Amino acid sequence: MSVAMNPPWRFDSVAAVRDGLQGVDYLSDEGIAGVVYLADRLGKPVLVEGPAGTGKTELAKSTARMTGARLIRLQCYEGLDEAKALYEWNYKKQLLRIQAQRVGEEAGAGGWSEIEDDIFSEDFLLTRPLLEAIRSPEPVVLLIDEVDRVEVETEALLLEVLSDYQVSIPELGTVEAASIPLVFLTSNNTRELSEALKRRCLYLHLDYPTLEREKQIVLTRVPDVSDHLADQIVRIVRSIRSLELKKHPSVSETIDWARTLVLLGLDNIDADQAKQTLHILLKYQSDIAKAAKELSVNGAR
Amino acid sequence: MINLLAGFIQELRDAGLPVSLTENLDAMEALRHVPLDDREAFKYALAATLVKNNSHWKTFETVFEVYFSLRGPHYAIAGLDEGDEKVAELVSEMLGHGEGGAGMEALSPEELAEMLYRALQDADEAMMQAIARHAVQRFAGMEPGRPVGGTYYLYRTLRNLDLDGVLEKLLAEAQDSSDGLSELEERLVRDEYEHRMDKLRKEIEAEIRRRLVADRGAEAMAKTLRRPLPEEVDFMHASREELAMMRRAIHPLTRRLAVRLARKRRHGRRGPLDFRDTVRHSLSYGGVPAEPKFKYPRPSKPEIVVIADISGSVAAFARFTLQFVYAMSTQFSKVRSFVFIDGIDEVTRFFDGVDDVMDAVHRINTEADVIWVDGHSDYGHALETFWDRWGRDITQKSSVILLGDARNNYHASGAWVVKEIEQRARHVYWLNPEPRAYWDTGDSIVSEYGAHCDGVFECRNLKQLERFVEQLA
Repeated sequence: MSVAMNPPWRFDSVAAVRDGLQGVDYLSDEGIAGVVYLADRLGKPVLVEGPAGTGKTELAKSTARMTGARLIRLQCYEGLDEAKALYEWNYKKQLLRIQAQRVGEEAGAGGWSEIEDDIFSEDFLLTRPLLEAIRSPEPVVLLIDEVDRVEVETEALLLEVLSDYQVSIPELGTVEAASIPLVFLTSNNTRELSEALKRRCLYLHLDYPTLEREKQIVLTRVPDVSDHLADQIVRIVRSIRSLELKKHPSVSETIDWARTLVLLGLDNIDADQAKQTLHILLKYQSDIAKAAKELSVNGAR
Repeated sequence: MINLLAGFIQELRDAGLPVSLTENLDAMEALRHVPLDDREAFKYALAATLVKNNSHWKTFETVFEVYFSLRGPHYAIAGLDEGDEKVAELVSEMLGHGEGGAGMEALSPEELAEMLYRALQDADEAMMQAIARHAVQRFAGMEPGRPVGGTYYLYRTLRNLDLDGVLEKLLAEAQDSSDGLSELEERLVRDEYEHRMDKLRKEIEAEIRRRLVADRGAEAMAKTLRRPLPEEVDFMHASREELAMMRRAIHPLTRRLAVRLARKRRHGRRGPLDFRDTVRHSLSYGGVPAEPKFKYPRPSKPEIVVIADISGSVAAFARFTLQFVYAMSTQFSKVRSFVFIDGIDEVTRFFDGVDDVMDAVHRINTEADVIWVDGHSDYGHALETFWDRWGRDITQKSSVILLGDARNNYHASGAWVVKEIEQRARHVYWLNPEPRAYWDTGDSIVSEYGAHCDGVFECRNLKQLERFVEQLA
């Protein structure tokens, strides 16, 4: 690690992380808080994996809110390249500069080397998220979202930033981080990430929460929900998750469902109402049919 | 501490988890920052630095538990003992004194059942733990040095506890206490109790493991308890739980494979020069063809014909293969499937317009007409019938995959059919779910068929299957 690790840590203890996250309405558990805490202590990025909609991105956002840091987000997609992720030279501005120089030259001033020094200076640099996060003087949280979408080759782009917190720009030299940012990478696991990337990260798998935690999440996120309703909601969701479905309901869908039920003014769900609103939880027709069948048939057993 | 951690990492590596040197160092560094007396934090610190793949988590947990459960007081990790004490306290509180003459031993089976029932009803975890411990001690009949696997003890313990009976009783009780539950509520209550039962079962498993470790030592135990990863579970010997695990694993696996193949196609080779497109683009350079354009290569989408043996011995294997092939069907221009035991039947229709491949597989098992005489594999007859009825559908474009162990019960082989197919089709592959060492032993005649195939592959787990399909597409 080239950057000196300055002992003033962001967090005092795992419990502090936990409370902090709680303070910004993110309910963590021992594992989540522990990994965030370690990420700060070790100065390492966190790779968060798990099914869609379990709060991977939300974790990064909440951490930013908790620490009062700015969130810089790099959304990954196929075809992402250096110019979009790291930095780019503002060549239009460079052209203008050269042209301006020519006008000046005719008046008889300056040489080429002077221009060269000039047009490859910071004034002509367009910073992209990664470089921006590194250069930022104030504390930042860097979120690299859905990193599994970029090609394996592009992953290599991230390595320098993630392990040394620096960016090498051939014309300028190496830009080092003022302070080590907290970095979160999220992945939906559509492909295996490279060993090199995994090795540099702490690993956190976010799965569907336990019954109790999910209930707490519903209670914090949905204002007017009653305790009884929340309890019923998460229990139904757990039942549905135990089925073999194409896509299991995510936490965000649970919250949406809870909101819907509250809007409908319900305080107690029966099978019919559950079936009628299932399409909020499930997004495939075959899944909905299956869940509806299960919910009524098994009960009568 | 260093030695302890090094031993643990060695154990993980033995269990098949890739742990690099950097990760090792990270783990050390991480441990400096967590309080060592907090067992959970300790575990998560190790997990976050050492385990980088969720399917390895279970293995990690087992190894962790085994490795750190029986370290002497020198290495004591306080959290563990604390937990033990709490339970011990509870037991003695309930029954006077823990281990020994009095205590739980004094309970009659009925009283024990009553306690279990109460614990499940109140979801009292400490109590459940205590019961699990005691049940193992009383029912499992564990003897030191006996070379029996943990599953045997588990089975013995569970049989004596009669969990199904307790579940019925709990449900009946729930039904009575609140006058009449709606269907939905009943279902939810049942789920809740089943969830608790699961917890109890895990508790018992853990207890058995602890005892086995005490008996045989952590190192020996870690080896026997090592559970293979879902992709590496053998089709032929998978337990029901493992089969369920594999079913869950197969979907992400196919998705990943599909993505990989699509990407390979797009980025792989370039096609021939696209003259029209090049000329069109040359216009923007004043007629100079400065930017040559290439055609995308036409993806080779083979037509797949799967002929699968679904007799008892290889049924699970055939099922997974069919499922896999159909999940991948976007990668192939056409998939046709046939299943046989001693008769053969086309089952492509079962997959048409079905969202859930499992449904289709179920229908195949119940509806397909695959029995000719006695329902024992007869490859010869099945292959001959196939050739008579569908042989002319095999074309230059078809890749034929034969699935089976080629255990033919000493019938005529009908290998000439495979030869005919080979001459007509693009490729013929044979996938055999048996270990290579068993091939051509007994009534297995795989090499007789294999002589006419482009390749015979051992295909015992999802990993091998995945590799094969990738090569195919």
